Amino acid sequence: MNKRMQTVLLHVVLTVIGLVTIAPLAWMVGASFMPVGEAASYPPRFIPSRPTLEHYIALFTRLDIARNFMNSAFITITATMISVLVNAMAGYAFAKLRFGGRDRLFKFLLAGMMIPAQVGMLPLFLLLKNLGLVNTYMGIMIPSFASIFAIFLVRQYVLSVPDELLDAARMDGAGEFRIFWTIVLPIVRPILVTLAAFTFISTWNDFMWPLIILSDESKYTLPVALANLAGEHVQDTELMMAGAMVTIAPVMIVFLFFQRVYYQGIMAGGVKG
Amino acid sequence: MRSHLEKRQRRAAWLFLAPALTLIGVFFFLPIVIGFALSLTDFDIYAIGSIDTVRFVGADNYQSTLGSGEFWNAFRNTAYFVFLGGPLSVIVSLAGAILVSGRLARFKEIFRTLYFAPVITTLVAVAVVWRSLYHPRYGLMNYALAKLGIPAIDWLGDPVWAMPAIVLMAVWKTFGYNMLIFVAGLISIPEELYEAAEVDGASAWQRVLHVTLPSLAPTFLFVSLITLIGYFQVFAEPYVMTQGGPVRSTVTLMLLMYEEGFRWWRMGNASAIAFLLFVITLVGTMIQLKLRKADPA
Repeated sequence: MNKRMQTVLLHVVLTVIGLVTIAPLAWMVGASFMPVGEAASYPPRFIPSRPTLEHYIALFTRLDIARNFMNSAFITITATMISVLVNAMAGYAFAKLRFGGRDRLFKFLLAGMMIPAQVGMLPLFLLLKNLGLVNTYMGIMIPSFASIFAIFLVRQYVLSVPDELLDAARMDGAGEFRIFWTIVLPIVRPILVTLAAFTFISTWNDFMWPLIILSDESKYTLPVALANLAGEHVQDTELMMAGAMVTIAPVMIVFLFFQRVYYQGIMAGGVKG
Repeated sequence: MRSHLEKRQRRAAWLFLAPALTLIGVFFFLPIVIGFALSLTDFDIYAIGSIDTVRFVGADNYQSTLGSGEFWNAFRNTAYFVFLGGPLSVIVSLAGAILVSGRLARFKEIFRTLYFAPVITTLVAVAVVWRSLYHPRYGLMNYALAKLGIPAIDWLGDPVWAMPAIVLMAVWKTFGYNMLIFVAGLISIPEELYEAAEVDGASAWQRVLHVTLPSLAPTFLFVSLITLIGYFQVFAEPYVMTQGGPVRSTVTLMLLMYEEGFRWWRMGNASAIAFLLFVITLVGTMIQLKLRKADPA
């Protein structure tokens, strides 16, 4: 087989895999704009015969999904901003500040990464119940403010900042907090952007924890509201596809913007995102 | 001067660490310790009202859990999901990575984005989508099978097919992530190795077999490990698509824990399940690490 044939064959295979991968999402997009009942036609269609916005309108009027959208947006943005700051500070301290027991403490945290967070989910619920945080936004967010993986990611990156730069600033009499804020943060910005993209997407998509913590429907995040709707509206396929669209679209947009840094994060840390 | 600076740095370090360490201590490590204690008690719905009713019951929860058919059913289902889906996901993502990083491949970024898109999507949302794709009469899946001459399958309604259906969706959802890690591994393989193989007259397939795969061994282990650990926690897929049915054929350990804990409020029992799941994951991790040590390739 000559090179030309190989190249053509390779691209045929790549395209087929791509089409198969994207088919479920393409069908979701198409079905969300179909008139009632058309998503259940056979053979299945991808393109609506008569595109309609009625399901989106129903979601935002009758089902008040805007409320859930705002809940998700508020929780995701707040958790992302706070966690980036908290983890950046800790990652910097582990990388550049000298104190007794630093390496042992860091190793201990890394070992803790082996434990799936779900193991502590029931007691965490009881703990938050005692703190009065069950059925609150704070209760959803607070366990995600600090993450060992994020600290690890920042630390690895900060290690590449030259010590001389920091020592020079110290000699000039700059305080540690000012050094962090004016010298370190600007240098490590790329990893913080990566971290923010990771945190945004994983917080938005999170399901189990909000499901456990929230009992009040008006506080539901989008995924929890969608799962709830999916139970009640099994037959309304077009409506459900519109709901899935509204849930997925924001993370997709964030991802398309931050694609490159997102990939870099996975490839560098090579760990769960 | 020196010691003053050192002291200042030490104080700053603890200030910088305080928020993160407090949060991780209180909301990550503490619950794990309490969880273990909880698993040794009969904590139930009455205990939530008044904590005085809680009694220490030793290993009773573990004994009754390990003696219950429900637990072993969930264990079998989870193991089925992990050992069917895990290898499938790793193989598909490895193949995808090799194809997409091929020297002849063009438009690499576009293909990578296409393959990666499902990873970003919200699990609950795509579970809702796949539930429709699996519809026995109108679903895209059975339509595709019909085109291939295969009779329709009642994917989510048949206890034999429900778990494979969930596996298929999970592989679709996750392979892009592993693929990316493999791509990173592929990039780090020195070009000279391929050139040397080409000089020796190795075909494209032989180069994959003798250069690519051996060089990827560490990446392979890493990907297998995180896939294994992640897949053991499977929850949202059965929760949304099947609610554990039909006839409990898709109840996973995580789903069982959720039902015990948050539907029936048997917290003691549920904590025991959580710890057993943790131990199972840990054993799986150890075995894989051992295999790796035994084979230094």
